[in-house]
Amino acid sequence: MSTVVLLTLTGLGLAALYFLIASGLSLVFGLAGVLNFAHGLFLSVGAYVTWWAAPHLGLPLAVVSGVAAAAATGALTELVLIRPLYTRHTEQVLVTVGLSLAGVALLQSVWGADARVFPRPEWASHVTGVLGAQVPDDRFLLIGAAVLVLVALLAFLRFTRYGLVIRAGVENRAMVRALGIDVRTAFTLVFAIGGALAGLAGILGGMYFTSVSPGQGVSLLIFAFIVVVIGGLGSVTGSAVAAAGVGLLQQFVNYYGAAGAGDVSVVALLAVVLLLRPAGIAGKAVAA
Amino acid sequence: MTVLAVEGVSWRIGAVPIVDDVTLHLAPDEFVALIGPNGAGKTSLFNLISGLRRPTSGRILLGGRDVTGLAPYRRARSGLGRTFQTSAVFGSLTVTENVALAVQARRGGALRAWRRGSDRDVTVRSAQILAEVRLEHRAGRTAGSLAHGEKRKLEIALLLAGDPRVLLLDEPMAGVSAEDVPALVEVIRGLTAGTGRTVLMVEHHMDVVLDLADRVAVLHHGALLACDTPAAVMADAFVQHAYLGEGL
Repeated sequence: MSTVVLLTLTGLGLAALYFLIASGLSLVFGLAGVLNFAHGLFLSVGAYVTWWAAPHLGLPLAVVSGVAAAAATGALTELVLIRPLYTRHTEQVLVTVGLSLAGVALLQSVWGADARVFPRPEWASHVTGVLGAQVPDDRFLLIGAAVLVLVALLAFLRFTRYGLVIRAGVENRAMVRALGIDVRTAFTLVFAIGGALAGLAGILGGMYFTSVSPGQGVSLLIFAFIVVVIGGLGSVTGSAVAAAGVGLLQQFVNYYGAAGAGDVSVVALLAVVLLLRPAGIAGKAVAA
Repeated sequence: MTVLAVEGVSWRIGAVPIVDDVTLHLAPDEFVALIGPNGAGKTSLFNLISGLRRPTSGRILLGGRDVTGLAPYRRARSGLGRTFQTSAVFGSLTVTENVALAVQARRGGALRAWRRGSDRDVTVRSAQILAEVRLEHRAGRTAGSLAHGEKRKLEIALLLAGDPRVLLLDEPMAGVSAEDVPALVEVIRGLTAGTGRTVLMVEHHMDVVLDLADRVAVLHHGALLACDTPAAVMADAFVQHAYLGEGL
C-alpha cells in the first residue's frame, strides 16, 4: 500500500512537470499553429537563470527572475524568429529545432556539460507520512504548483479578453482575423505564457532532480509532446488529464516492470490513443 | 440619398463576364433582395461589393465614398457587414462569448491586456444584440449546440456587433428547417425597420423575398434584368421568362 501511495504521488509530481511544459506547448500549437521545438530551451533558461541568481538574490527572487527570463525568451522567439515565418511551416520547424540545438550548445559552452547542483527550499527535502508511506515533500511542491497554474490558466482563458481571443483563435484563427482582431499580439502573449510555464517547469525539475544540466529540457520535452498529442492540441484541461495519465503510467510500469519499460509504455499509450481518438482526449473528431 | 452605390460594375474572367455592367443604388432603411438562377452572379456581386474580388470596371461607393480599391476589412470598418452561405460561428464558445468577441473587436479594446472579458459596456452591448436577434434565451449555450436557424441568427448578431450601415446577407435561409424560417424572417425584418440600416439579401425562397423586400433586383447571366417593387418584378414578362421560366 505504501509503495502504491509513493508511486502515485511521485507519478503525479512528474505529471506536474509534464503538464507545465505541455500546456504552453499545446496553446502555442493550438493558437499559432507552431510546432515549437525550442520549448525545451525556455525550460533550460528558467532553470539556469534561477541557478545562477540564487546565490545573489536568494531563492524566491531567483525563481521569479528565472520565470521572467523564460517568458522573455518565449516572447522574443515569437517576435524575432517565428513572426516572419507564419506562412512558412517547414522553415518554422527548422528555426525552432535550430534554436533548441544552439541554445543547448550555448548553455554547455558557458556552464559546461556536467550537471550542476540545484538549490531547493529546505523543507522540500523533508518527508511527510501519507497512509503509511514516507513521501518526500518535493512531490507536493510540484503537484501544488501545477494545480495552481492549472486553475490560474483556466481562469485566464475563461474570464479575460485575451483568454476569449485565445480560445476563439484556437478554434478558428482565420475567423478571429476576419472579425478585425489582430491575433499576432495574442501569439506573442501565448509564447510568453508558454515560456514562463516551461521556465517554472525547469526550476521545479531542477529542485526535484536536485541538479540541472543543459540537456534536461530536451529530454522532458519529448514526453511533453506526447502529453500534448494525447491531451488534444490547444486544450489545457486535456493536457492536465494526459499529463497525469502519462506520469502515473510511467512510474508504475518503471517500478513493477523491466527497466525502461515505463518509457515504452507511454509510447504504447500514445499509439492506442491515436488509434481510438486521433484528435486526442479533448480534441474534436476531425472530418476527413 | 444613397448608402450603397454600385455603378457600372463588371467582373470578367478572361472574356467571360461573370458580372456584367451592374448599376444599383440602395437607400437608408431600404431592403433589397437579389434573385436570379444559380450561376447568375449573385455571390460574385457580393464578393465585389465586400471587396473579396476587384471589379474589372466600374465603381462601388459606400456612403458616397469610393471604396472600389479598399481591402475587405477596411470596408467592414466603413460600415459594411457580410454573412456567408456557410455558417461561421465559434462552436466551442458560448453564444454570449461569440458576440462579446465581436463587440470587443469593434471597440478595438479586445487587446487591452488585463481587463476582464465581461466588461460592463461589452456585456450590455452584447445583451442588446442578442435581444435584437432573439437569442437571449440561448446566451449560455455553446454555439456548436444551436439549431441551424439559431446559428444563422448568431451570425447576424456577430455582424451587428460591427455596427454596419449596410448588411449583405448571402442566403440566410439556406439549410434552415421550415419551422425555423418564420422566426428568422422576423429577425431579418427587424434589421432595417427604423434603424437606418440597409440590407441587400440573396435568397431563393420567393415567399421570403416577396415578404421582406422593398425592391427586388433580378440578375441573369451577370446582368441586371430589373430592379423594382416585388409586384412589378413579378409582373414583368421578361423576368417571368428568364427567371421563373427556367425554374429554380
